Amino acid sequence: MSGAEMSDPWLILLVVVPLLAAPLCVLVRSPAGAWAMATAVAWGVFAIAVKLLIGVLDQGEAVYRIGGWDAPWGIEYRLDLLGAFVVLIVAAIGAVVMPYAKRSIEREIRRDRIYLFYAMMMLNLSGLLGITVTGDAFNLFVFLEISSLSSYVLISLGQDRRALTAAFRYLIMGTIGATFYIIGVGLMYQMTGTLNFTGLRTIMPAVIDTRTVAAALAFLSVGISLKLALFPLHFWLPNAYTFAPSAVSAFLAATATKVSAYVLLRILFTVFGEVDLFAAFPLQPILITMAIAAMFLASLSAIWQQNVKRMLAYSSIAQVGYIVLGFALASEAGLTGAIIHMFNHALMKGTAFMAIGAVIHATGAVTLKDLEGIGKRMPYTMGAFVVAGLGLIGVPLTPGFISKWQLVSAALELDMWPLAALILLSSLLAVMYVWRVFEVAYLREPKITTRVEAPLSMLLPTWILALAVLYFGTNATFTLNVAQTAAQRLMGGL
Amino acid sequence: MRMGGDMTNWDTFTDLLGLVNYWVVIVLMMAGFYTVIAQHNLIKKVVGLNIFQVAVFVFYISMGKVSGGSAPILKDGIETYSNPLPHVLILTAIVVGIATTALALALVVRIHHSFETIEEDEIQVIEHDEEEIA
Repeated sequence: MSGAEMSDPWLILLVVVPLLAAPLCVLVRSPAGAWAMATAVAWGVFAIAVKLLIGVLDQGEAVYRIGGWDAPWGIEYRLDLLGAFVVLIVAAIGAVVMPYAKRSIEREIRRDRIYLFYAMMMLNLSGLLGITVTGDAFNLFVFLEISSLSSYVLISLGQDRRALTAAFRYLIMGTIGATFYIIGVGLMYQMTGTLNFTGLRTIMPAVIDTRTVAAALAFLSVGISLKLALFPLHFWLPNAYTFAPSAVSAFLAATATKVSAYVLLRILFTVFGEVDLFAAFPLQPILITMAIAAMFLASLSAIWQQNVKRMLAYSSIAQVGYIVLGFALASEAGLTGAIIHMFNHALMKGTAFMAIGAVIHATGAVTLKDLEGIGKRMPYTMGAFVVAGLGLIGVPLTPGFISKWQLVSAALELDMWPLAALILLSSLLAVMYVWRVFEVAYLREPKITTRVEAPLSMLLPTWILALAVLYFGTNATFTLNVAQTAAQRLMGGL
Repeated sequence: MRMGGDMTNWDTFTDLLGLVNYWVVIVLMMAGFYTVIAQHNLIKKVVGLNIFQVAVFVFYISMGKVSGGSAPILKDGIETYSNPLPHVLILTAIVVGIATTALALALVVRIHHSFETIEEDEIQVIEHDEEEIA
């Protein structure tokens, strides 16, 4: 035990390095300097994330006690395999988006505000990573607000004035969500006297029958679902992702909802891990209903969108449905499907938003009408979009297929064959919304036939992510293994 | 028997009175939440959000109070102390609340600059028209 309980300073560095980089970006002021620092930090964080994942795969858990105080007196950072996997997602997307952001942001944000953009990106990265590594419920709230406040600013930096109202609406909804979360934490603290996740887990069986804990669970689930954009609490998301700067859409769409999904997993399966939660509360029918509604209604909305960024945003809401469906099955196979889909969807949606961001950079076009024949004008960029689009549908040999296969077999394992049928049926809707873009891009003749391409600094990161999509679609041994082990450890206790 | 019945009523009454902080929390929370949802004026929405958050502050502070407990400063002759942890947590939450309010108001200023209104229904009309053009 003592070996595993050694304090691992890399855990705290993961949070502190980007947190300190934010004010440094403000001090540096020059756009190039701030960019260079942000990129260096993002890559450094990625290296730490890889190191931590290897360590956690090997030893089980990494722990860091802040100030040397033991939990429950001090705040404890605790990284299990699930956490390490989510940290890897966030850090990898951060490392890819930063080089991409340089040219994209130069066109979309006023030059004298660019350093602030990088400062906010660093805060956001720090907040998202903090949520994932912390083992303390209130500390999680603080990081949640760090990442939320910075993402409101990032969204409001969009060129269209509707970015401002989108950011405002997100702020209202996000703050209500976060406040619900602390109400829930407060109610749990009343009953248990601890904020430490492991401590809460141990004490929870003794107090599970109280109405206070039932209220706590309700507040926590609703609060986190707001941040997760789980249907029907998703109204802030479409405009926020549509009008945010391209790099921000790519980064947030790939990471923010995944981290919220992680928080929901942490609450349902760590804090309430020792009690039979799904027997005590009618959680399963509620979550399944909302997940299926998200899968169908959000996909249907996506089909009607003219703006490709908004279409991808609605698709994100639908994909959150698949992830939550995996949670709701509450079986090892279901969780494996959900966890692997968190990873796969981050890659696919990141690629899709980066590709469309590159199109916007080169041509300014974002609506289907303006994208006619874009596949002929920007073959490399649209190639990456095709890879991501096929993944979103779940075509074999793409990561989307692997997650959906896993979810379908999890549903069949529990004899829920209507659910399996619905998963397949909803994929048909994905075919429709993705096909609309393919058709416009490849089967229509462009009005202007000159070839254009986004700069290499945008194209290269997009293709790195697209190649990752292809790689993890054909060779999922590693991701499946990690997701399965993470699910096992989550179900089986720490 | 009658006496006993009266006693229970009296106990219920004092119990309810003893929970007065929590009643305040519920009233404030609902008032704030309702304001956020029902008001069209963006500033009023921010004010509602503030009231909503303040309700949570009162909730945490009330829950840290131990009846008969003194302020948590170590002193001879004092046996029971209130729990300082929820109080300290709320210091953090207050800071977060201020940051949120500041950012929300900054956004309202920017919205006022570009839309020339801070009434949500009017903004929605403008946004809807822009959608049509696009």
